[in-house]
Amino acid sequence: MNFMTQASRIARSESDPRVLKSGRGSLGGADQLARALGWFSIALGVTQVLAAPRYTRALGLRGRESLVRACGAREVGHGVLSLSTQRRAGLWSRVGGDTLDIAALASAMRRDNPKRDNVATALAVVLAITVLDIVAAQTHTARHSRRKTEVRDYSDRSGFPQGLERARDAARNVDLRADIRPTPQSAQVSPAADRTSRAQ
Amino acid sequence: MKALVWHGKEDIRCDTVSDPAIEDPRDAIVKVTSCAICGSDLHLFHNFIPAMLPGDIMGHEMMGEVVEVGSAMNGHLSKGDRVVVPFTIFCGECSQCRRGNFSVCETTNRKKHLADKVFGHATAGLFGYTHLTGGYPGGQAEYLRVPFADKTHIKVPEGIPDEKLLFLGDIFPTGWQAAVQCDIEPSDTVVVWGCGPVGQMAIRSAILLGARQVVGIDCVPERLAMAEAGGAIPVNFEDESVIERLNDLTGGKGPEKCIDATGMESHITIKHPDTVLDRAKQMFMLESDRPHVLREMIYVCRPAGVISIAGVYSGFVDKIPFGMAMNKGLTFRMGQTHVNRWTDELLERIKSEQIDPSFVITHTVGLEDGPEMYNVFRNKQDSCIKVVLKPGFDEVSS
Repeated sequence: MNFMTQASRIARSESDPRVLKSGRGSLGGADQLARALGWFSIALGVTQVLAAPRYTRALGLRGRESLVRACGAREVGHGVLSLSTQRRAGLWSRVGGDTLDIAALASAMRRDNPKRDNVATALAVVLAITVLDIVAAQTHTARHSRRKTEVRDYSDRSGFPQGLERARDAARNVDLRADIRPTPQSAQVSPAADRTSRAQ
Repeated sequence: MKALVWHGKEDIRCDTVSDPAIEDPRDAIVKVTSCAICGSDLHLFHNFIPAMLPGDIMGHEMMGEVVEVGSAMNGHLSKGDRVVVPFTIFCGECSQCRRGNFSVCETTNRKKHLADKVFGHATAGLFGYTHLTGGYPGGQAEYLRVPFADKTHIKVPEGIPDEKLLFLGDIFPTGWQAAVQCDIEPSDTVVVWGCGPVGQMAIRSAILLGARQVVGIDCVPERLAMAEAGGAIPVNFEDESVIERLNDLTGGKGPEKCIDATGMESHITIKHPDTVLDRAKQMFMLESDRPHVLREMIYVCRPAGVISIAGVYSGFVDKIPFGMAMNKGLTFRMGQTHVNRWTDELLERIKSEQIDPSFVITHTVGLEDGPEMYNVFRNKQDSCIKVVLKPGFDEVSS
């Protein structure tokens, strides 16, 4: 049980049930991995935006700080999407982003780049993360996708035990009572009751 | 006891929690025999409704047996009574309750100070919902404390299965109220946007209230098939233009009565670019709801028609063509359901076998499987339309 669950007890009454032991939850492994990747995206994106010169120095890309900041902003977008209810789109957008990062790093693998070793290390890390992103996106898609081939037939579920036509007939024949109106007669309070209500 | 507890966005757990206890002489404790996952529970699941707190017990559709009562029942409720619990908690005494406006009861919201600030004036307390409506523990649990229980109950007879009665607590009266708000005339075309559980009930209610033709709009084939079985003309918005089809069905004049059974989470599709923009704005907290259905209803509705809103909205909606609505002279009716205003009538219709609301149930599972069923229901997997949870029921018997 986490701190927030404990702390929220101040907003409840004494006799409200309180959590004693946590049980099975709706978040599966794929969801938790997606969340972790979402927060990772936001952390990485923010550091890219705030510390772009450090990145360009380490990778031999001086003068391309705005490119790094743009990548950072994009990364924050992936993170927000991955933490939202559109998580699948977020995870696949991370895979797309990885492809762009690999292309950018590959272009920095020039022979005349003195930081070529750093670029190679970064490239290896991005490749590993890409694999993780693909696994996360695939497992998440498999867990939450609706299989359109497995559609059950509900065409016999009318809800009218005596049949649809009998239901229509009942509506034609019934004198709808005054209470089945947007403002029912029973809602019209007597003048005396209304005076009491105004006095309250 | 076991209960389904909200811990954060998309994080519902089947936790062990302490048992509820009588707190006020008007309280009762109900042993829950059946409860259900409602479409509006998904808004909480997605954390689109503000003021949920970790540790909140979910659920506002439930029924069971009274096992303990407070000292102020005045003969209204006794141990052993079989009851459906309405999702709106009401006192039965305030000026709103006397008018039958139970969902805006002035007494039962125990976080009134908070709700007054957010809504201008507080509405009724609700079970298993946000702290803006009192933060009362919900009924997806083995036991439930029912405040103001001398009024907040629907007594139901023995001999009718839970499945036929359970929905008297929410979706059946909600669909019914949506249709009643339309003031249906025998010549009317009633269009229902969203064929989820409330939409299904609204379709059948419109039939029972005598609409000439009823149309159901959705994109999920099995929901459309169920809507058609209930008497609606199905329209799949992924396959055809809603506006063109509705004009075809009404001689170019548009439907007189429009029901929104979708609410704040309209389906996102590139075919309706406003839904994509709404989702992006929602993600960056620039808008709280996705009101595509509202926009479409205002556009397509016949002048002097009625727009009835049963789907839940939480806060702010953008780009509503209000000038169009004003100039067309549309009437808007909406609100949380005044459940007990309608339940005597609906119970009679169930008893006389005019309607059997259990048609909508597609999955029945134990409480322990509840968290996973939130995913299945949300993802519309396994043709899921309505999930009933039975405390103590272990096997899936869908």
